[in-house]
Amino acid sequence: MNAPATFPDSRIPRPDGTLPQRLVVVGNGMAGCRAVEEILARDPARYAITIFGAEPRVNYNRIMLSPVLAGEKTFDEIVINDAAWYADNGITLLSGDAVVAIDRAAKTVIAASGRVEAYDLLLLATGSDPFIIPVPGKDLAGMVTFRDLDDVDKMVRAADSGGSAVVIGGGLLGLEAAHGLSLRGMKVTVIHLMPTLMERQLDEAAGWLLKAELEARGQSILTGADTAEIIGKDGHVSAVRLKDGRVIDADIVVMAVGIRPATALAKQAGLEVGRGILVDDHMVTSDPAVLAVGECVEHRGTCYGLVAPLWDMCRALADHATGAPTGYEGSVTATKLKVSGIEVFSAGDFSGGDGCEDIVMRDAARGLYKRVVVKGDRLIGAVLYGDTADGAWYFDLLRKSVDVSDIREALIFGQAFASGGGALLDPNSAVAALSDDAEICGCNGVSKGKVVSCIARGAHSIDAVRAGCKASASCGSCTGLVESLLAVTLGDQFAGERGARTVCKCTSFTHDDVRRLILEKHLKAIPAVMQALHWSTPDGCASCRPALNYYLVCAWPGEYDDDQQSRFVNERMHANIQKDGTYSVVPRMWGGLTNPRELRAIADVVEKYNAPMVKVTGGQRLDIFGIRKEDLPAVWADLNAAGMVSGHAYGKSLRTVKTCVGSEWCRFGTQDSTGLGVQIEHMTWGSWMPHKFKIAVSGCPRNCAEATIKDFGIICVDSGYELHVGGNGGIKVRVTDLLGKVATEAEAMALCAAFIQLYREQAWYLERTAPWIERVGLEHVKAGLFDDPGAIAALAARFAHSQSFMQDDPWAKRAAGADADLHQHLAEVRPLELAPMELVR
Amino acid sequence: MIGDWLDIGPVSQISPGNARTMPVRGGREVAIFHTLNNEFYALVNACPHKGGPLSQGIVHGTVVACPLHNWNISLKTGEALGEDKGCVPTIPLRIDAGRIYLLRSAVIAPAPAG
Ligand code: SRM
Ligand SMILES: Cc1cc2nc3c(=O)[nH]c(=O)nc-3n(C[C@H](O)[C@H](O)[C@H](O)COP(=O)(O)OP(=O)(O)OC[C@H]3O[C@@H](n4cnc5c(N)ncnc54)[C@H](O)[C@@H]3O)c2cc1C
Ligand code: SF4
Ligand code: FES
Repeated sequence: MNAPATFPDSRIPRPDGTLPQRLVVVGNGMAGCRAVEEILARDPARYAITIFGAEPRVNYNRIMLSPVLAGEKTFDEIVINDAAWYADNGITLLSGDAVVAIDRAAKTVIAASGRVEAYDLLLLATGSDPFIIPVPGKDLAGMVTFRDLDDVDKMVRAADSGGSAVVIGGGLLGLEAAHGLSLRGMKVTVIHLMPTLMERQLDEAAGWLLKAELEARGQSILTGADTAEIIGKDGHVSAVRLKDGRVIDADIVVMAVGIRPATALAKQAGLEVGRGILVDDHMVTSDPAVLAVGECVEHRGTCYGLVAPLWDMCRALADHATGAPTGYEGSVTATKLKVSGIEVFSAGDFSGGDGCEDIVMRDAARGLYKRVVVKGDRLIGAVLYGDTADGAWYFDLLRKSVDVSDIREALIFGQAFASGGGALLDPNSAVAALSDDAEICGCNGVSKGKVVSCIARGAHSIDAVRAGCKASASCGSCTGLVESLLAVTLGDQFAGERGARTVCKCTSFTHDDVRRLILEKHLKAIPAVMQALHWSTPDGCASCRPALNYYLVCAWPGEYDDDQQSRFVNERMHANIQKDGTYSVVPRMWGGLTNPRELRAIADVVEKYNAPMVKVTGGQRLDIFGIRKEDLPAVWADLNAAGMVSGHAYGKSLRTVKTCVGSEWCRFGTQDSTGLGVQIEHMTWGSWMPHKFKIAVSGCPRNCAEATIKDFGIICVDSGYELHVGGNGGIKVRVTDLLGKVATEAEAMALCAAFIQLYREQAWYLERTAPWIERVGLEHVKAGLFDDPGAIAALAARFAHSQSFMQDDPWAKRAAGADADLHQHLAEVRPLELAPMELVR
Repeated sequence: MIGDWLDIGPVSQISPGNARTMPVRGGREVAIFHTLNNEFYALVNACPHKGGPLSQGIVHGTVVACPLHNWNISLKTGEALGEDKGCVPTIPLRIDAGRIYLLRSAVIAPAPAG
């Protein structure tokens, strides 16, 4: 620091001879200058104003740095106050000179240049500092943040030489940086820690749409990705390594993971600081002579990162500083993403929950997702993707807490519609309001007029309309519209209920529709299905999520990323939950066979983990009870060591293959039922199914393995193998149907695989083979297997393909440490009697 | 204020749609949830029905479906939704600078929800 230099008092006396008070502003940014503008508007002569700015330039619109980076604007176009403004208002601007200390006793500030400036009133508007995650390599050349014009210059220069950019952080700033760099020709990868983009502003559905769009534009978006290290070469960044080992080349790395209020100066001056500089409703800090405003403050427990609240703060500040205090009460904020061609808006609270109603509208063809959350008579939150025209209107309703009960039903259709009718509107009247030539069914080009006349001619159900004019007969995504037309045209005559059972209350589609459309429309993720099929809830429910997850697992083997959060606890933990919250563990015993090594391993586990009970199950294997979730990985490691894998006693999957002793030992045995059972279990284990699936092989018609109450049962006879399907021993006992008879083990295995695949591809989730066959008929199953001579081979091949991805032991992965967080406690609290509560991690 | 809040670590420890547990000696185990909407809630880890471990249920919206008999429990109030009646204590939680804090007094003696 240079030697302190004090400057002579240059204040111009007022007409009455008094000297104006000295206002010193630290921070020449958006809030600092706006506060000055507000004060000048109220009382231009009150203060002699000096502004210090660390940046070597005049005041500009920081939020427009994104369009500058994208090449859509120049710096000159985003200047808010040029040099003339400072001069005209008698403001001394000391730009490029940061304040480094405040002496509150002497009421002076000291700048880096050594300049000392006295104040009567001090205003801190220091904004925020970008947060840098403390990873190795963070200080290499080529690392930039995104906060001021210098950062933009660095990025533009890097982009001029092309190459790849990695942006760490998939929030608003990160995505705007990625967009700009990508427009400037760089190959961009965004690394985001959370599973969905902009998770603080968007829900899962909108975050997913955004990701899909950015990927379509050529950016690589890696979600759930944690940065381990920035790799350097000759002192310059060259790549980023993730914790999962992936390495991504980078000529420049932009760190945009968040901001921290810039409080260092205030803290050092002894002002009260929480997360930000603490201020009251008049933006006064713990020192009455010091005010603070903008991103650097914490007001009523909140720090803001958007400009709108700053404007409100500046008004209250100026009212106070000019002697007419009003007060600031906090702000509701809304977010918009400034990426050209992508419209995203969110505001308020959209977490949903009790007393809240979610109204969701999706239009897959136009890529729209709209969700408004209503609580009582008020709108409390909104998320819009694809069309944000109504964002401002929703935001207004929200901020002003307008009673929306009159327009509730029409709210989701937007302002024009909701305020158009005036009277009570509902979705049906929205459809009624459509013109006759409005297109209802895009696939078949059917207009509203055609559908209505089809209904008038006697088509009084969805199926009748489909048959009559083809509307909703293809992809089915207009089914809701057709239903509304039926309701509008027929009034009370229309029952409203569709014949077939829908997956759940989140959708009007049936299981069959969903399965078909997943394939037709190449839907490969749960949010993709929900969007394309107009789910009426933002993220589904405990019924549809597991169903969709299974349908996707079945449709896209090897491609689909299984969604663990959509699985019931047993499938997530790979063990059966018990009434006391512990788990039971059932290792596979192939065909019911075991050996001393396995039995010893089980005995050891029972003793080592104090399992209160071990039992022979009805499925010819052993069940170990009472294992705590923390101990599961260790138990599995021990069982794995003895060569045992998961028995999937918990899964909608292959359970057991029961066998009897067969020809090897039994005096009546006709074939090697034990050996065949073991082979079948090796072929089928690990596959996910609509429901659990049990197989048995009996060596003769005495049927000791109870094959005729299994999903697939084989009864060996002298001349070969009788194949039975659709048996069930559970709540409603059903004896199998005979599917046919084959001569060889190979044929029996092929038919077993083909039957399983047919069931996997066609049954509804949670439908066992017995109710499935009752519903579709044995003839349908036979037709699927036997009508086309190539069908069995094709189905069996699809099953084998799927199995090539399924047959890895989930226990082995957990034992090796995968998903450890599902098993470990987060922490443990041990309150001590006298000492404060202790936390053990 | 900070003193009344127990810092239980960074938000990244719980992936969205998941919950993790925290046993309390002499008290009742706490389940901390992270919803798909990126919100956090803490409840006593025992279903009001028959004590099922709520942390192991499927989370949808701000609701968890109990893994034992599928009651739907509100993460916001701890109340059973729909036809079912019952309530589990909630623990006030706040997020600050990426870390999760639980109200100390409520962890030791969870307040009746309301
Ligand atoms: C352990 C076992 C009982 C035993 O000690 O023998 C058992 C235990 C359970 N059965 Fe079972 N079933 C067991 C064999 C059977 C059998 C017999 C068989 O497989 O030969 C049947 C009748 C055959 C059948 O499935 O058709 C059977 C029909 C059921 C049913 C009714 C299914 C139905 O379609 O109606 C249920 C309920 C369900 O799945 O929804 C059920 C559900 C259950 C659950 C998973 C209940 C639950 O959700 O917690 C029990 C888990 C206990 C645990 O933690 O391990 N269990 N269960 C048997 C495990 C076999 C194995 O090694 O995997
Ligand atoms: C790229 C980008 C895009 C954005 N987009 C949006 C958007 O779309 N919508 C939205 O609402 N918000 C957006 N924001 C956020 C918005 O810009 C900020 O909320 C706003 O600028 C905060 O104003 P401020 O005055 O508190 O801080 P700033 O504007 O950062 O001003 C603080 C100034 O103080 C200076 N300073 C700091 N310490 C000292 C010191 N000791 N001495 C002298 N000077 C100092 C800094 O150099 C800086 O110039 C965006 C931000 C960025 C970076
Ligand atoms: S018969 Fe009933 S009680 Fe016995 S294991 Fe099966 S589900 Fe449980
Ligand atoms: S214990 Fe939770 S639903 Fe029964």
